[in-house]
Amino acid sequence: MTRLLDRTFWGLTLGLFALLLLNFLLEEWMRSIGLQSLSRGCVAIGLLVLWRTGLVSFGHALFFGFGAYTVAMLQIIGINDIILLLIGGMATAGGLALVLGFLLRQYRAIFFALLNMAFSMILYGVLAKVESLGSTDGIGISQVTFFGFTASSEAYRPTLFVFAAIFAYIAAVGSHWYLKSTLGLMTMAVRENEIRVEYLGYSAEKAIHIKYVLSGVLAGVGGVIMALTVGHVDPDSMVYWTVSGDFVFITILAGTGNVGATFIGALVYELLRTYAFEFAPEIWQLILGGALLLIIMFLPDGLWSLRSEWRSRRALAAARSGKTEKGEAGQ
Amino acid sequence: MTHVLEVRDLQKSFGGVIAAHNINVTVDTGETIGIIGANGAGKTTFVNMVTGYLPPSGGTIEFLGGSVVGMHPREVTRLGLCRSFQVPQVFLSDSVFDNMIMAYGIAERTGLGLFTPIHTDERAARVDAQLKRYQIEDYRDAAASALPQGIRKLLDIAMATVRNPKLIMLDEPTSGISVEEKFGLMDIIMQALREEDTTVMFIEHDMEIVERFVDRVWAFYQGEIICDAPTAEAMMDEKVREFVIGQEYHPAHLEGSANA
Repeated sequence: MTRLLDRTFWGLTLGLFALLLLNFLLEEWMRSIGLQSLSRGCVAIGLLVLWRTGLVSFGHALFFGFGAYTVAMLQIIGINDIILLLIGGMATAGGLALVLGFLLRQYRAIFFALLNMAFSMILYGVLAKVESLGSTDGIGISQVTFFGFTASSEAYRPTLFVFAAIFAYIAAVGSHWYLKSTLGLMTMAVRENEIRVEYLGYSAEKAIHIKYVLSGVLAGVGGVIMALTVGHVDPDSMVYWTVSGDFVFITILAGTGNVGATFIGALVYELLRTYAFEFAPEIWQLILGGALLLIIMFLPDGLWSLRSEWRSRRALAAARSGKTEKGEAGQ
Repeated sequence: MTHVLEVRDLQKSFGGVIAAHNINVTVDTGETIGIIGANGAGKTTFVNMVTGYLPPSGGTIEFLGGSVVGMHPREVTRLGLCRSFQVPQVFLSDSVFDNMIMAYGIAERTGLGLFTPIHTDERAARVDAQLKRYQIEDYRDAAASALPQGIRKLLDIAMATVRNPKLIMLDEPTSGISVEEKFGLMDIIMQALREEDTTVMFIEHDMEIVERFVDRVWAFYQGEIICDAPTAEAMMDEKVREFVIGQEYHPAHLEGSANA
């Protein structure tokens, strides 16, 4: 129950190796979808961390965009290695979350959600005006080095995919462990009863602040991956409030039951959007909206609930056929 | 000897309403104080000020010789002054066990220790001991939202005492509990608290409970303490009878002699 190397850990590890193997087989367009899923998945994990505290952010494109633009700015000053860019993106997004957290931790519910959005719109407005960062046209991201090594042009995207998968893996496992820790489980306590948390001797606001910084860092990781994937950053595709909406969409789609499900949710979202746009360019928003509606109506706990559903059915079937439930007892 | 709690000239006003006026009281180790008074007399305001939830407008509050004025509830709690609530403050979506282990997890936090798993065998053993002490071990795996009121009250107090406080303030521990259950509930609470040498103050409306469990009574009336006396004396106090408990109330110790 308390082991760090639990089923989710092994599931994520298996997922990582599957991705690394798949990398040899994937067509470039599929790899691109994979990279974008990994990127948005990281941000959605950050939202999951907040969601479990009962907080929704409609503005996490703020940190996503901050991470992405950090890549552009670091490249301007000549820093071009993927590790340094990642650390830079995490630091700036996390630093921004740390500062804004002092204000945001005082707000809950719709105020929290919209205050995040307000900040993301301010960043959007600023970036749209800054000429040195290309204003509304954005700015290109050049190819990066990997620990100082330059990849050949055929090997560049596969290498990028390997690094992105490892980054996302570390983000997912770290978040999973965090959510199992005392501080991580305190999300539930804060959501349920802040007064009790306070009278147990801990500051509910501080707990929220820590979660907020963590979610900012995760969004920064997502932003860095996205900037390198797309090779271009601009305010509309990185910071605009609809980008924040995408992350909320993924979180609802995946459910908040498990960090692994978040990446599945991100992949499903990516496929849904790609195919909806390809086959029904006139009404693709209608398809996305319809999908969201169906999820909320029939799977309010997201895709992850399919698994628990399946397990309880299997348990029921096992019970009916008179078998022992050994397989389930360990859960 | 220093007092556990020493309050001097405590004042509180909300706009024009005076909720506390010149409150001067002390509490010694091992005492059991009963706080009585009508609704709006300032009882909960007093508890809120002492535990840091409300800042006083004036006066001093010293706990174990140190001032706690201006502290947050969490800081006061860490010093060993805890409270329970009239409406139990528990984590409703979780089981009794998970409520308790969360309480211990938060209370025993130490910096980076917050990043370690909450569930350890030693902690689970402490949870079970605490559940047993408050006689709610049968509800260990029940959801907190599905508990009977009395059990939820006990859970609230069990969570409030995970730090083994020096002083605990119980806000109406028997409100919402049926008359038949009240005494049994208070027996459990007081026995558990005495085991830990906790000094107790509680707000109570039922004078039979007060007479049975309390050494000393503070009677609140319109933000002031109109009587601070041993229980038997306070029950006979003219002002207390007029403003708080009513003339028709007959203390148990007198009733016994009248019948004889």
